[in-house]
Amino acid sequence: MKAGSNFEKVLAAGHFAVTGELGPPQSNNIEVVKKKAGFLKGNIDAVNITDNQTSIVKMSSIAAAAICIQQGLEPVFQMTCRDRNRIAMQSDIFGASALGCLNMLCLSGDHPNFGNQKTSKKVFDIDSIQLIALAKRLRDERKLLDQEKQFNSELKLFIGGAGNPFSRPFEFRALRLAKKVMAGADFVQTQCVYDMERFRDWMKAVRDLGLHEKCYILAGVAPLRSADMAAYMAANVPGIVIPDGIMKRMNSVPKDKAGEEGIKISIELIEEIRQVEGIKGIHLMAIEWEHRAGEIIERAGLLPRPKVE
Amino acid sequence: MVKAKLKPLEEIFGMIRSYKKILTLSCGGCVSVCMAGGQREGMELTLELVEFFRQNRLDAEFTHYTMERQCNPEYLFDAEEIVREADCVISTACGAGVQYIAESHPSKPVFPALNTLFIGIDRDVGLYEERCRTCGDCKLGYTGGICPITRCSKSILNGPCGGTHFSDGSCEIDREIPCAWNDIFERLKSQGRLENILTVHPPSIWMDQAQRTMVQYGFEERYRKKE
Repeated sequence: MKAGSNFEKVLAAGHFAVTGELGPPQSNNIEVVKKKAGFLKGNIDAVNITDNQTSIVKMSSIAAAAICIQQGLEPVFQMTCRDRNRIAMQSDIFGASALGCLNMLCLSGDHPNFGNQKTSKKVFDIDSIQLIALAKRLRDERKLLDQEKQFNSELKLFIGGAGNPFSRPFEFRALRLAKKVMAGADFVQTQCVYDMERFRDWMKAVRDLGLHEKCYILAGVAPLRSADMAAYMAANVPGIVIPDGIMKRMNSVPKDKAGEEGIKISIELIEEIRQVEGIKGIHLMAIEWEHRAGEIIERAGLLPRPKVE
Repeated sequence: MVKAKLKPLEEIFGMIRSYKKILTLSCGGCVSVCMAGGQREGMELTLELVEFFRQNRLDAEFTHYTMERQCNPEYLFDAEEIVREADCVISTACGAGVQYIAESHPSKPVFPALNTLFIGIDRDVGLYEERCRTCGDCKLGYTGGICPITRCSKSILNGPCGGTHFSDGSCEIDREIPCAWNDIFERLKSQGRLENILTVHPPSIWMDQAQRTMVQYGFEERYRKKE
């Protein structure tokens, strides 16, 4: 056990894991976090807390993660390389750990150009793969970057990275995942999967490299709420590919039935994803739809969540 | 070479409007090559400022002079007298040139006419592309001659991030900007050098944290600090 978190135990016990996602509010409003946590609690094994996603200022991921712990929901706190140099990163990992966070996801982070602070100075002191290596060094060697002196406490951390099967260069995407595993990733959560054919190809390349045996891979699933959302994501969000078949289905139903169609598609995708060799769980990104997450997970046959010791 | 672009006229006017004897000091170096602050551009700027002052009913005497280089002591003397006679200097050099003139004439207000943008290449006449951020720890050896610090919008060393567009391999921030790491991959692959990016490259040793001074090889003895 790297951290002994519920999430890690579920995976280690061989259960098909389910993680969720919680976007902190664009304010200091604790009630929003509590409410969203309430929807997710009991339906998932752990919840990812996004770190100023799309570069829009939100409540700190570590603070929201700590609130989730108080609510009895285990967090995976996300850390991007966009806003912190290596001093702040290591300091925040210490802080998050002290607050009881056991799972961490290391990301590059969306560029500031997307958000509401476009003229800020981007940091990117180190990259997401270097962040994984840094976190592993803190945990396994109890050493800061470039420092040989050990600190004298134990740091438990289950370290994750993102995988993207749907970006160019396709040929390099599994090889880049190998670099994350090499750096120390214990688990990987992928970008939202809609294109099963390409996802299966990517997983084949991942298996050929033996990566599915070196880290736990969870496939990203994001329910489409409307045809407009699908069209927007396909056109604008890098790393998202929505096949024509799914677009047609979203367009073929009346607006008020689109959400239900999106959920149906998600459930079918989860069913197909479970058949892919080497996949150990799903990461459900019900963005601003946390209240529907439980229903999706239940209809996918993934409730109740396992109790592990 | 260094690439720069003229500031808005209003901004320049705002800096110099209270002065009566104004010298526009052009530079014959890089800014001349990129057509931002050479002799011709300096003359044009002077004429435009004369007109701007006239429209704003302000009186000032303008002079224009072009130095060979504003970043080199060899050429300082050429402009010494003309600078001394002016109330203020509006320099069309890069940031380095402006500072060197200001340092050489500490009692004289020296203002920048340009925004210094980057070290880049001349794609065509009047069209320039950034290529180097002077990080001080050149990575081009393992990246197929494509700079990840400059060309990747996140300056990452183990790219590409997940933001490369599916359809055209462009960067997540702009469809017009090709993903540097997609290009690095393609070039290394075509040269049979993919192994260069299959290992984890360690964090950068950032050299730009404090002002740098460089002593060229062969000159160590000459500039050795006295104990």
